Amino acid sequence: MTPVDRSTPPLAGPPPRVTLPHIERRTLSNGLPLLVVEKRELPVVDVALVMRSGARADLPPVAGRAHLAADLLDEGTATRSALQIAEQADLLGASLHSRASWDETEVGLHVLSPRLAPSIELLLDVALQPAFADAEVERKRKERLAAIVQEQDEPRVVAANAFMRAVYGDAHPFGAPIGGTSASVSVLDRSVLAEFHAARQRPGNAYLVVVGDVDADALAASLEPLLGAWAAAATPADAVPAHDPPAGTTIHVVDRPGAPQSELRIGHPGPARGSIDYFPLMVLNTIFGGAFTSRLNTRLREEKGFTYGAGSAFAFRRDGGPFIASSAVFTGASAEAVGIVLDEMHRIRTEPVSEDELARARSYLALGLPRRLETTADILRIVSEQELHDLGDRYYDDYVERVRAVSAADVLRAAEQHLDPAHATVVVAGDHAAIAPALEALGVGPVMRVTPPGGTELNRTGS
Amino acid sequence: MIRIPIERYQLENGMDVVLSREDAAPVVAVNLWYGVGSRNERLGRTGFAHLFEHMMFQGSKHVPEMGHFSLIEKAGGSLNGSTWLDRTNYYETLPSNYLELGLWLESDRLGWLLPAMTQEKLDNQRDVVKNERRWRVDNQPYGDWDERIQMLMYPPDHPYHHSVIGSMEDLDAASLEDVEQFFRTYYAPNNAVLTLCGDFEPAHARELIAKYFGGLPRGPDIPPIPGRTELEPTLGGEVRELVHQDVSLPRVYATYRIPPFGTEDYYTALVTSYILGYGKAALLYRTLVREQQVAQDIVTYAFPIVVGASMLVIWATARPGRTAQQVEQALTEQVAQLRDADDADVQRAVNLLATERLNELQRVDERADQLSMYTQLFDEPERINTEVDRIRAVTPERVRAFAARYLGTDNRAVLTYVPTEVGA
Repeated sequence: MTPVDRSTPPLAGPPPRVTLPHIERRTLSNGLPLLVVEKRELPVVDVALVMRSGARADLPPVAGRAHLAADLLDEGTATRSALQIAEQADLLGASLHSRASWDETEVGLHVLSPRLAPSIELLLDVALQPAFADAEVERKRKERLAAIVQEQDEPRVVAANAFMRAVYGDAHPFGAPIGGTSASVSVLDRSVLAEFHAARQRPGNAYLVVVGDVDADALAASLEPLLGAWAAAATPADAVPAHDPPAGTTIHVVDRPGAPQSELRIGHPGPARGSIDYFPLMVLNTIFGGAFTSRLNTRLREEKGFTYGAGSAFAFRRDGGPFIASSAVFTGASAEAVGIVLDEMHRIRTEPVSEDELARARSYLALGLPRRLETTADILRIVSEQELHDLGDRYYDDYVERVRAVSAADVLRAAEQHLDPAHATVVVAGDHAAIAPALEALGVGPVMRVTPPGGTELNRTGS
Repeated sequence: MIRIPIERYQLENGMDVVLSREDAAPVVAVNLWYGVGSRNERLGRTGFAHLFEHMMFQGSKHVPEMGHFSLIEKAGGSLNGSTWLDRTNYYETLPSNYLELGLWLESDRLGWLLPAMTQEKLDNQRDVVKNERRWRVDNQPYGDWDERIQMLMYPPDHPYHHSVIGSMEDLDAASLEDVEQFFRTYYAPNNAVLTLCGDFEPAHARELIAKYFGGLPRGPDIPPIPGRTELEPTLGGEVRELVHQDVSLPRVYATYRIPPFGTEDYYTALVTSYILGYGKAALLYRTLVREQQVAQDIVTYAFPIVVGASMLVIWATARPGRTAQQVEQALTEQVAQLRDADDADVQRAVNLLATERLNELQRVDERADQLSMYTQLFDEPERINTEVDRIRAVTPERVRAFAARYLGTDNRAVLTYVPTEVGA
């Protein structure tokens, strides 16, 4: 055998053809959009009925409303008890779920295609006819209150909640956890939940996505008899209030005495999914903290050994959402790590990224697309995101070109516009006594000590 | 229902190769399982197999530091590795035209890792792993449960007595010499399975595999797993531990000794774990969470591990105002109800397992990982296609007999967490 030349990485072959999902779009007789992607190699189907209303409409007094309402959808309908729903889903082998995000409420399932018809019937019953029975509401409400107690033990949740409250405040839906607070959940009752759902679960405010081993026309025909009296009606507009950006950088320490690590959350409000800067921002974030070789992970993990990992993300909600850089660093490194994150935010908005970083980030996003389209569930996610944010059925047709077109100048401009270390909120959930002096010495802004879970400011130790 | 194609062969140096072509998506998964995990660690070096795994991402003779990650990211791929009790795996999923890159990277660290090792890299990754331990274990509520359960369930001379993450002291003690010795002992073609799954030409793949792996020398025979590897089928008593921790709600972990992964009754245990804890119609969810409202959550899990005996763990967190004793009592009572397990119970669990299995096998990386697993653990990649038959073969009679034999209080460890008393 001839010796193998290992000195350089082998070259890639010609790129494979990427087949994008083809969406068959139908409109059912009541106006409900139906989006079908036929993918027939395996006898499986993923289904989701998505209501275009989520926790974004939950002002703080009703924080947790959409989350609890979604949780109750599969806990009883007009004709099925909670246990009957669970047993029927299990016997069908259908993993049924209902959940709310900030922008949507989804009832979905994954099932083998021979059992699709009875599974969809069950899904529609759950999504359209929830009973919100008092006993079930009470039970799930208590469960949620207990979960809030549990979450207060989780450093990651504590830090994330404190960050959102510090950034968005007490008058904005994003300031409270999506599952609500003990105060808000305590007053959620049947009427609040039922009204929320009934007013919004309408064909004009929803869509159905089906991906897998299914025929679009046959499916559309089979759905008609299941729609019953579900008819179009006007739905609330649910405007999200404006909020004032913070005046400067503030460090909030959520005291966890004796903690061996500090959970860091650093960031500020960020752009909406519909931002015209979406592609430059994706490339920017990949370079900054969105990949293993990103600047944050390289510096905090591979150079400093401060952490198991560091990353960042733009939430890209419908109304805008946070940009957050996060990491968990050992207690003694807390202040230095905060300084590094803020430095990197500054650096990426003042110096153009290198050609090598740019090429790697663009390829990572562009060539990674096929991995995001592998399973029926993957395709459903992409189609649903496209529909929810009104991106258009052909959005991914030029996705690769749009990623490839992002230049270093675009990244710099996007960073200047959307990253702002001088107005960042820094949350550190860790041992206050051990870390506060070094955080003070950073000199980036006042250091506040806050107590979990509510986040009441106890005292001010900073200048 | 689904038949995953399998081509299997062995290189002259002893490396097992499994090829499974499926060109639905233009991606290929490259997956390696090495037959080494925390079970192979020696006294004083707990956590070393995992620390070593980190070192495998620090470059090799022809691959610069960070090169592994940056080359795969530049190809639009994903990659990782993980260490567990019985094995260490390394994997990447790539656009199919980058298959050769994956093979070049994997073969370089198998053939030429040591020339790239430095004390600086070891010290850095030691710090990273210590932070991983803080993140997963020390700064997490109930975070040390598996470590404690392993100590309770396995005698000190059994290789499962200690955890994968290891102790801070042992991590501190790890040296470059340990890296070299471990590499020479366990990282050899004859201790590895290489699986390719996805969109590739098998004949071309065979050529590339021969090119990159064929010339690597066979290593010495792999030493036997240290310590006692045989165990009595049951514990013969109840073991208990009470832990005071800074948590808000008490939690109970009831763990039963069960036959190892791969045996007939392991699958009975798997189905039983679904009857007990999977989904809202499951026995323990229905009774403890829904009806009695004594527990906040239920988790059940059968460990797929092979040396001597495995474990079925059930955990339940107490609702506020309920005690650990109340949770444990309710749990014990309901587990005893398995004596009445019927056809509907088994059918429900089997359907859920079958759907879940088909769902996970949609991904090339998961298919590749399972093919490597069945080859490494059982020398039988075909089990990926027959596993569902083993699950479907479980009957109510088997569940009842299994529960009678294995799920009594005399065959379990009970680990209980209660909140540290404030102001005491």
